Amino acid sequence: MQFVQLLISGVSQGCIYGLIALGFVLIYKATETVSFAQGELMMLGAFCGLALMTVLGFPFWVAVLASILAMGLFGTVLERAVIRPILGQPAFSIVMLTIGIGYVLRGLVTMIPNIGTDTHTLPVPYKDMSFRLGALVLNAEQLVVIGATAALCVLLFAMFRYSKLGIAMQASSQNQLAAYYMGIPVQRLNGLAWGLAAAVAAVAGLLLAPITFVHANMGLIGLKAFPAAVVGGFGSLPGAIVGGLVIGIVESLSGFYLPDGFKDTAAYIVVLIMLMVKPNGLFGEKLRKKV
Amino acid sequence: MRFIFKTSYEQDLRLAKHGGHVFWYSLLAVALVVAPWVAPEYWLAQLTFVLIYAIVGLGLMLLAGFTGLFSLGHAAFLGVGAYTQAVLTGMGWPFALSLACAAGLSAAVGVVVGLPALRVKGIYLGMATLSFGFIVEEVFARWESVTGGNSGKHLVPPEIWGFKFESTESFYFLCLVIAVVSTLAILNLLRSSTGRAFVAIRDSEISAQSMGIHLAWYKTLSFSISAALAGIGGALYAHKLQFISPDQFNILQSIDLLLMIVIGGLGSVHGAFLGAIFLITMPQMISLSKDWLPAAIGQAPGLQAVVYGVVLIAFVLFEPMGLYGRWLKVRTWLQMFPFYRRGLFKRQKSFQKSDRLR
Repeated sequence: MQFVQLLISGVSQGCIYGLIALGFVLIYKATETVSFAQGELMMLGAFCGLALMTVLGFPFWVAVLASILAMGLFGTVLERAVIRPILGQPAFSIVMLTIGIGYVLRGLVTMIPNIGTDTHTLPVPYKDMSFRLGALVLNAEQLVVIGATAALCVLLFAMFRYSKLGIAMQASSQNQLAAYYMGIPVQRLNGLAWGLAAAVAAVAGLLLAPITFVHANMGLIGLKAFPAAVVGGFGSLPGAIVGGLVIGIVESLSGFYLPDGFKDTAAYIVVLIMLMVKPNGLFGEKLRKKV
Repeated sequence: MRFIFKTSYEQDLRLAKHGGHVFWYSLLAVALVVAPWVAPEYWLAQLTFVLIYAIVGLGLMLLAGFTGLFSLGHAAFLGVGAYTQAVLTGMGWPFALSLACAAGLSAAVGVVVGLPALRVKGIYLGMATLSFGFIVEEVFARWESVTGGNSGKHLVPPEIWGFKFESTESFYFLCLVIAVVSTLAILNLLRSSTGRAFVAIRDSEISAQSMGIHLAWYKTLSFSISAALAGIGGALYAHKLQFISPDQFNILQSIDLLLMIVIGGLGSVHGAFLGAIFLITMPQMISLSKDWLPAAIGQAPGLQAVVYGVVLIAFVLFEPMGLYGRWLKVRTWLQMFPFYRRGLFKRQKSFQKSDRLR
């Protein structure tokens, strides 16, 4: 029973990692850049929801939808303002740029007087509810995380499979130039991919908020989502979720069965082993350039 | 304008290309030597930190700027050097020997980390080094019998042949000597065939490989040299602070080091020094400017992060060659005076090189 309990908490934590990793993968597939600001976008999403609920007094559902939309818009604007001018530069400069964006976002939130430095709780309707299933105790927060992640995955899958937009995005991620020749507005799609990634990050932030708290440094969890993305294979959307689950479960189990200190490093040990054994990840595609 | 009339091949190899170099660098050397008698003690300590960070920056510059491999866990090497120094000098080893051991152990660790670099590259390498950095930080915190755990570890001042480097001035000279030696070593390395091989790997791995460069050997070599310099820097850093704890070598320190070389100018030895100057003086500038700003902004805790982030974004967007690139442009403008064209340093738009294909 203990094992199942640990498994469930690992899965729910893994879903959060998976959602953030999903943002990395969306951006990586579209623009082939890695965004180090994803964790900070998540933090901003959580703060956005908090502000809408407490300061403006929106009802829960309206606040959730509004903050997801707002973050999506923010991601698109961010891409247009700072990422697009340096596309085509070495990947390293873009990594540094996103690190800079992360610094600025974290700093700006910290600078908000009285709010930025404190920790807050997000008032959600399912707070502190739990169900008993035999000997298992299921927290509503964890169940909501798992359910929402599953729903989001189905939604994204449907979008990439059936909608014209999703197919265009797939095409441009496979070959930007060819997609451009076919009349796909590649640049606009890149903006949309950033918007989508920011929106997914906002969802992750809103889901994580009831479990931990809302504070300026919650974005550092994004650094744990990198291993998730790498384990799943950086270019694969289902891989991101699976990688997140793997990392979450390993972390939760090693926290209980292994000595102190392994809980925090388990994710990184897994990713190092993965990189040595199978550098392309579980679902990564192996492509070779023909010279 | 200056034209260098080359009459022999040795002119290409010289470190000082013309009289101007000799003059300005001699002036710099004189200024650095007399600094302890001129500068106040506080600024001398800051200058020492600049030198220490520049040593680390030289290593990272070799790795990221000249070999094109970037490391997100460089603070780990810094930490390995610092702890090795702390433990060995604590056991009563002489300074020079423990410094060599700190460099050697860091280099050995660098080789181990460099091994994944043979299989992965780009962002995957970043991930590998990032993960390594986290693991090493955790090891520092948990291995209490050696590192003292989270409560940290104290160091004794360095001592060579009975002379204790206790005062700010004497330690400054120690750092100056080591910084000059490592700069000359790096400059020398870069004009040798090894250095050319590094640059070739940075520009294109495939063409370097087809020119007969053994990628695995040179990448590992670059990692180990870079780690050794970080280890030396770490040892000096530990002596300077006289107290080390694991949280000085966390991810933020790694990012600070990267920020330093990007702002200084990737791919230039000057950049390591300019970046170090930036990294050390920026917090001072911010605390000086706090008096000028309204209290709501000036006293806010996140100000430093915002300033760092904005400066980093501005440099990547507008001056990807960093401070050194800006200086190059100013110098060219002065040299060519009325004939400078605006497009002279224009960035070439290139198709994105794909990491996914290799």
